[in-house]
Amino acid sequence: MNDWPLLSLTTFLPLLGALFILTIRGESEVVTRNARSVALLTSLATFVVSLFIAVKFNGASADFQFKESATWFPGTTITYAMGVDGISMWFVLLSTFLTPICILSSFGSVTTRVKEYMVAFLILETLMVGMFCALDMVLFYIFFEGVLLPMFIIIGVWGGKRRVYAAFKLFLYTLLGSVLMLLAMMAMYFEAHTTDIPSLMAHSFPVTMQLWLWLAFFASFAVKVPMWPVHTWLPDAHVEAPTAGSVILAGVLLKMGAYGFLRFSVPMLPDASITFTPLIYTLSIVAVVYTSLVALVQEDMKKLIAYSSVAHMGYVTIGIFSMTTQGVEGAIFQMLSHGVVSGALFLCVGVIYDRMHTREITRYGGLATRMPIYAAVFMLFTMASVGLPGTSGFVGEFLVLLGVFQVNSWVSFFAASGLVLGAAYMLYLYRRVVFGRMVNEDLKTILDMNMREVMVFAPLILIVIWMGVAPNTFLEPIHASVAKMIDHYELARAAHDGLSVAAR
Amino acid sequence: MIYVATVFLPLLGAIVAGLFGRFIGDRGAQIVTCGFLIASAVMAGMVFFKVALGGHPETVLIADWIQSGTVNVAWSLKIDTLTAVMLVVVTWVSAAVHVYSVGYMSHDPSIWRFQSYLSLFTFAMLMLVTSDNLVQMFFGWEGVGVASYLLIGFWYEKPSASAAAIKAFVVNRVGDFGFALGIFGVYFLFGSVGFDAIFAAAPEKANAQVVFFGTQWHAITICCLLLFVGAMGKSAQLGLHTWLPDAMEGPTPVSALIHAATMVTAGVFMVARMSPLFEFSDTALTVVTLVGAATAIFAATVGCVQNDIKRVIAYSTCSQLGYMFFAIGVSAYQAAIFHLLTHAFFKALLFLGAGSVIHAMSDEQDIRKMGGIWKHVKVTWILMWIGSLALAGIPFFAGYYSKDTILEAAWGSHTAVGQIAYWLGVTAAFLTAFYSWRLLLLTFHGRPRADEHVMAHVHESPAVMLIPLLFLAAGALFSGYLGYEYFVGHANHAFWGHSILTTEAHPSLENAHHVPQWVALLPTVVAVSGIALAYLFYAFAPGLPVALANTFQGVYRFVLNKWYFDELYDLLFVKPAFKLGRGLWQGGDGALIDGVGPDGVAAATRGIARKVAGAQSGYLYHYAFAMLIGVAVFVTWYIFNAR
Repeated sequence: MNDWPLLSLTTFLPLLGALFILTIRGESEVVTRNARSVALLTSLATFVVSLFIAVKFNGASADFQFKESATWFPGTTITYAMGVDGISMWFVLLSTFLTPICILSSFGSVTTRVKEYMVAFLILETLMVGMFCALDMVLFYIFFEGVLLPMFIIIGVWGGKRRVYAAFKLFLYTLLGSVLMLLAMMAMYFEAHTTDIPSLMAHSFPVTMQLWLWLAFFASFAVKVPMWPVHTWLPDAHVEAPTAGSVILAGVLLKMGAYGFLRFSVPMLPDASITFTPLIYTLSIVAVVYTSLVALVQEDMKKLIAYSSVAHMGYVTIGIFSMTTQGVEGAIFQMLSHGVVSGALFLCVGVIYDRMHTREITRYGGLATRMPIYAAVFMLFTMASVGLPGTSGFVGEFLVLLGVFQVNSWVSFFAASGLVLGAAYMLYLYRRVVFGRMVNEDLKTILDMNMREVMVFAPLILIVIWMGVAPNTFLEPIHASVAKMIDHYELARAAHDGLSVAAR
Repeated sequence: MIYVATVFLPLLGAIVAGLFGRFIGDRGAQIVTCGFLIASAVMAGMVFFKVALGGHPETVLIADWIQSGTVNVAWSLKIDTLTAVMLVVVTWVSAAVHVYSVGYMSHDPSIWRFQSYLSLFTFAMLMLVTSDNLVQMFFGWEGVGVASYLLIGFWYEKPSASAAAIKAFVVNRVGDFGFALGIFGVYFLFGSVGFDAIFAAAPEKANAQVVFFGTQWHAITICCLLLFVGAMGKSAQLGLHTWLPDAMEGPTPVSALIHAATMVTAGVFMVARMSPLFEFSDTALTVVTLVGAATAIFAATVGCVQNDIKRVIAYSTCSQLGYMFFAIGVSAYQAAIFHLLTHAFFKALLFLGAGSVIHAMSDEQDIRKMGGIWKHVKVTWILMWIGSLALAGIPFFAGYYSKDTILEAAWGSHTAVGQIAYWLGVTAAFLTAFYSWRLLLLTFHGRPRADEHVMAHVHESPAVMLIPLLFLAAGALFSGYLGYEYFVGHANHAFWGHSILTTEAHPSLENAHHVPQWVALLPTVVAVSGIALAYLFYAFAPGLPVALANTFQGVYRFVLNKWYFDELYDLLFVKPAFKLGRGLWQGGDGALIDGVGPDGVAAATRGIARKVAGAQSGYLYHYAFAMLIGVAVFVTWYIFNAR
């Protein structure tokens, strides 16, 4: 078992499943049923395989593990290189964890072109996992950009009324950033003569060049996070995407930008990161306050949660650039937590959307009377979203704010205002949907969650409480890699400070 | 083991009732939650004897929680005298309320949900008081906040209840915002969030300076002030008090347990727990004193004119919490906790008594529509009298011992703010007696003002509701007398051990025993005069208050409308937040970002494309003309560059 290429296996198993689904022929009903079960089984198997990564991962080491390497373009430095460290390992698991949940949740809501839908989802999983495992810049770029395609299709084909607008908006935004990132990667290659990510981390780029490279990467990552003011694609994409698409979008795709900051910007371009930290702080604070206020007045449930995602990701970017142990670890934890919690919240919206086919908040009210299980589940994730201690949401937020307070108390002050605003918009949403008297006639026959839906939520509930009560399980493997990154950064900062002193 | 059981049995009860309530039924849920809580209460009593009276503080480690860099937080139980006192208060009152609820909620459709929430609340409160670090305390702190939110909004079909629930949570979050920053500040200063480490290092940091928010501060002062903001939110102090009266939307047992006896005193407990830090900041203590004294007088004035029986008691709670805080401000932490204990008994008694009245009056809460019912509910009537006597601080009832000690300590601090606090406190004591008897007289005495239909139904509550009341009444009668020596008397040093620190610079509690005779007597005198005035107004000359209100209409309306805090906040925060949100959404996101960004670019592209397409007209002479121009340009260029 030790020599198995675990990462490649996790990455390409879904693709295999997708190919298998493509071969299914016959009656459309049979095809639908088979496509569903093959997709679910494949994604479950992938999750099981990925569990081995977590179990066999050596948390004491800061190096990349499970490394694989194969020639890809002979004669160039471009290779097929895979590996995970403490920073990327959990994201692989997050992707493999959420995919089966998404697929299971789609059983009820997606009824047209089921075969193609499942294929798209499995391909998406391959690309996501590959992105987090890639240790070669070119390989990373391919996965990173590739993710956009199935997502574009999922929104464009199975989305809501304005799906084409949303899909194009998503594409336009991300494409501009990608072009700049590609240029930056080429520049890095010409400077360092390698595409190997660990080697690039060790390389030190000239300071002026770093600034340009940083901005180019920033253009791409900021859109993905998304940071204010390039966030407006997200509400539209979420609103139009099918439920499972929203879950993956919020759960994994939003993490790609922040992961990029952790993998490229900070370790490879430390000087530029120091210079641009105030920019990140400012944009993140604006994101937290601005989008929280905007979330308060939303009338569409999905839009509200989408805006809350922007605010929560603001914490992540603050944490990463605080460059304190707590800040960075908190940021990573917050990403994992947000992945699960916001995913679950979108699923909560999906549950009632499937019944009523509307996301308008005013059409609901008083659901607690007829849907007690739903009310309880929704309450739990609402609380996790507002960062109640004992749920996963607290640990990340707390560590981020604690970390950034040590370097800049103003940032912590403004970001902490999200504690109040977050509670306001989430509880206001909950009140309008679940509390109150049931006045709409058509709601009076609404049914509570069925067995399949409970099965979808059970693992999410478990993980949210686990992450809140015993977060060390998830923090421990992160420590070594984060410590290494921060040491590296501190060295650069010392040199940076020395330089500016000499210049004076 | 006994410690763990005391804290976690309520959680177990909450889980069983919450998850399996459907299967075990209402009766099953009641048996489980009440049973576990009574067990927990009995054990809390044993813990009190062992730890507080026996003097054996202990810390039990349960499990690791958060570890990141030098932040290391564990789930653990720290049991010292301060905690033991709180354990007794929380579990005993909670047990009484659990049992009472069996009767009070008997007609409610979701009994098991209610019992589960109550137990969940109790667990969170116990985690709060047993924590040995600030983060676990924050866990309990937010936990009780959620339980309170769920219970205030228990009747979720009532819009006012849902609104009150959100208000309570969000206003508390404002306090928590300060609390969280306080934790970060403490960690910045001490490199730890554990109490033992912080307290050990506090003396050497006494003069440390820090720069927070671009300003240089005395380090401990800023940390204490931030933490105190948290305490103000939870304990409904002036400025962050607006949620407490609204919280009365919840069922009455909730008001008794959460919004009188336990949760709202969490702020007092927190500051007392942090006494080794507050003792090193005179500025912070001064702020605490002033806020406490201001709250005591503010809430008392509002309490005098409210007409909802529960709101009168709610403002009374707010006012009593003010007493506790100014006691803390003058370093009489022991007196504050003593008042917390006695107050828990008599205020829970008053609330549950009020619940019994409401029950009897067919859910009527307006005291103007009551009156003359004492003959029909004699037990409740007597119990309410006991509670009011204790609240007013009439000699030998519980409140007398604790409230007088607080006032004497305020005087004994020999500081200017101490004097202010004393005089405001005495005035508030007068008002307290007045509004208590206003409530008693309007509710039980005089002519019946309810209609015949309601009066015909007035009945005494069942035994399951009266027995908890009797238990609490015993507390209201005897807890002051029994606790005095230990809590604030000569035995107090041995009793408290190291759980509370008072430095030699703040001997107010010691001085409290040596104040002039009139200082000690005055509170009792004003209390009796307050009662007398209430009799004059509401028994002998009922025209007087009406005339008074008409003469001073401005003042009356100002006080009746609770000093217009709600309106002010609505104007300053709530409305602008929604307005701003809408503006940012439609103006910022819609017009500006999308307008200039993707939509703008798309529109521009489309516009240019249309123009370019327009050039493709199909007419030969258009193309020929364009070609000719081109040729002319080239020729010209060539001629100019040929030289």
